[in-house]
Amino acid sequence: MIDQPPAGTVLLETRGLSKHFGSLKANDGIDLVVRAGEIHAILGENGAGKSTLMKLLYGYYQPTGGEILVGGSAVTVDSPRRGRALGIGMVFQNFTLIPAFRVWENVALFLEAHGTDRRGLMDRIAALSRSYGLEVDSQALVRDLPMGDRQKVEIVKILSAGARILIFDEPTSVLAPHEAENLFRIFDRLRTEGYAVLFITHKMPEVLRVADRITVLRKGRISATLPRADADRNLLVKLLVGDQNPDWSDAGPRRPSSARPGAPTLEFVRVSCRTDDGRPGLREVSLSVQPGEILGVAAVSGNGQEYLGDLILGLRPAAEGSILLGGKDLDSAPPAEVLRRGVACLPEDPLRMGAVGGMTVRENLILGQQVSYWKAGGWSPDTKKLEADAGAALMTAFVQSPPSLDARAGNLSGGNLQRMVIARELGRDPGLMVSYYLTRGLDLSNAQAARELVLSHARGGMAVLFVSEDLDELFALCDRMLVLHAGRPAGTFEPALTTPQEVGLLMTGAAHG
Amino acid sequence: MGEARNLRFLGWGASSVSLVLSLASALVLFSVLLLTSGKSPLDTYASIFGSTLGNGFGFSEIFVKMIPILFTALAVALPARLSLVNVGGEGQLHLGALMAAAAALAVGAGTPPWVGIPVTLVAGMAGGALWALVPAILRAKGWLNETISTLLLNYVAIRVVDYFVFGPLRDPSSSNVPQTMTFAEGFRWPAFAGRIHLGIVFALAALVLFAVVINRTRWGYEIRAAGSNPLAARRHGLPVTTYILVVLCVGGALAGLAGTGEIMAIQGRLRPGFSPSYGYLGFLVAWLAGHRPLRILFMGFLVALIATGGDSLQIDQGLPSATVNILMALILFMVLADAWRPDRLEARIQAWLDRKSRGTP
Repeated sequence: MIDQPPAGTVLLETRGLSKHFGSLKANDGIDLVVRAGEIHAILGENGAGKSTLMKLLYGYYQPTGGEILVGGSAVTVDSPRRGRALGIGMVFQNFTLIPAFRVWENVALFLEAHGTDRRGLMDRIAALSRSYGLEVDSQALVRDLPMGDRQKVEIVKILSAGARILIFDEPTSVLAPHEAENLFRIFDRLRTEGYAVLFITHKMPEVLRVADRITVLRKGRISATLPRADADRNLLVKLLVGDQNPDWSDAGPRRPSSARPGAPTLEFVRVSCRTDDGRPGLREVSLSVQPGEILGVAAVSGNGQEYLGDLILGLRPAAEGSILLGGKDLDSAPPAEVLRRGVACLPEDPLRMGAVGGMTVRENLILGQQVSYWKAGGWSPDTKKLEADAGAALMTAFVQSPPSLDARAGNLSGGNLQRMVIARELGRDPGLMVSYYLTRGLDLSNAQAARELVLSHARGGMAVLFVSEDLDELFALCDRMLVLHAGRPAGTFEPALTTPQEVGLLMTGAAHG
Repeated sequence: MGEARNLRFLGWGASSVSLVLSLASALVLFSVLLLTSGKSPLDTYASIFGSTLGNGFGFSEIFVKMIPILFTALAVALPARLSLVNVGGEGQLHLGALMAAAAALAVGAGTPPWVGIPVTLVAGMAGGALWALVPAILRAKGWLNETISTLLLNYVAIRVVDYFVFGPLRDPSSSNVPQTMTFAEGFRWPAFAGRIHLGIVFALAALVLFAVVINRTRWGYEIRAAGSNPLAARRHGLPVTTYILVVLCVGGALAGLAGTGEIMAIQGRLRPGFSPSYGYLGFLVAWLAGHRPLRILFMGFLVALIATGGDSLQIDQGLPSATVNILMALILFMVLADAWRPDRLEARIQAWLDRKSRGTP
């Protein structure tokens, strides 16, 4: 076994660590201290910069500024291999095991131990397993193992490579509850043995359950690092989402609602659906959106919001309940018909779901609308109309520097791709817009332009189902907000009558304990 | 505008240079192989190219082989634009020939060509399309990958043809040889210029139609979109499942015409082993050409040339005619491995042009 330094020794430190992607400051002046024998939780919303920070520490990214110190001396972690040599090990959200290999083969591969004696390696795996309660059979095929056991193999892997600082990226997201409990027990053992566990999550109950110290990230900066004893739910939520102060929001001030009375554009009546593997996805969700109204859906990713769009578009059947569009039951109408009835969608992953990477921007701008761009029943392209419309669509969403119409969509930056899809979807004046993470990947001015664009369409009578994780944005833009947690509605609120703290508590499930 | 055209022209130039370099590398590698087995590369190439390009009959034979190859290449290229891999050209070719033969024998003698030839066309296309329909349904339902099913059905198709030729369709008067009766004159595809036959008109028409449909029509747009990102296409209401069925069946129909032409123009009757792997040669051509129409024409010509030249190797050089398969494989490797990457060539050509325009000596 490796000699461990006494508990409390500083193993890793960052000073002013920054990572900028263009104008986006994913990490901005991070000062972090990680000690031996502690479980250090990094808590933050999506996009707060947690993963960027971990990738900087592990050598996946190179910092734009600041420095990393290991054992007191500044180091350059220019590759994961270097990170490993420095004693930093990472367990990714999606594991990096080879399913067709046995456990010991995966460990050998990671160690790059060509021609190691197999018996010796298996003894080492067995010894590690015993010491930390990891209980893995080194002969088992990885593909036969449940997720919890695969994660243990990952831990064995990095421990046998001599890691002293163990980074876990959202480790419980793939685990069943009892597996998560087991993982926390392993954390305890590791702490006792003097390892440092750095644990990234957005789940507050877990943080309060296992962490010794908690660092909260917000918009790329550390909003606080505090010992567990000083933390409680309300304080953490406040640190996560910021003080409620009319000026804190970069989403702009509140505006008068443009919701119109009368029949709702969209209605969900006690709708339930299942996930791909048959578990409950949404449970008894009811909602309604008036013309001109913006209904926010506040949820941490993976709480069922991804199914709302699929259900409306007819890509996923509802197990129970009914969905009404303009008062008429959609009744699992296929996507083509739903689109014809005036629905537009900005999907959660525009490159994968909303664009064709191998085609040009021009071709992408007519996707879903292509029928009207051909004459003679489809034989002859209406080039004149295409050029005019494509150019006009780009002008609405690109205030400055629009991409060339001949550029391949797959080569666009994430922000430009997002704007291209927004341009297309709003370009056909839909009656209902299902919008996922409208401003994701957009810098401040473009984010503001995108919000203005949606608001102006709402003033014109478009109903909006506005899914977001950004409480600032939800509070600034929405007329009402539906909070989803674990697929269930956790309440509907008007921004003026609630606080981000209250909504944050419901989103993270902390309100239920 | 002018700049965009220049860029496109540069892209074309770079990929042409890349192609020539790939072909040249394959020829060099093949020479090494010939040298190691004690043959002279120069004599071998002289035999391949001399017997085809340097000889009127040989030259016309290139086009004879090119007809079925163009059909089977299109049978691969059309589904490929939807990201489907149709390896079943050989089987679809066989079933097309079988259906055309059956139709010709059933309708019988005395049919005028203006009825007979359309009958063979329709029957040949139907045979190929039906054979492709099985893997198309399996794929559309999400049950079975089309690459495997189309490939395996090739072996079945050859046996099915054997069954009919040895059994129900066998010409009773030819007791020793398993083959059908010769087809009546009204069904035969006329030949001109040696053995080049009517099929070349159909093949070129199919090629032009393919180019127009893929690049100009709405269906081509939808096929390309669904091929590049099926999820996004489905989310935008494109009938992806229908397209899977349609392009595989149309591909099968085109391969069926390859078989139809072989028996209606060249053989005059259906017998086992009438296709020297035209289905696979078409597959080779489609992939060499990146499933693009003009390149299919060029690659189709090249592969037909090498295949034709291979026949003469046996006589001139005492090499098995299959030797040219090694050359074709080398070409495929060099082209598919992108040994001479067009983007890098483009950068070099651009740099060279820049230097030139600055007037540096």
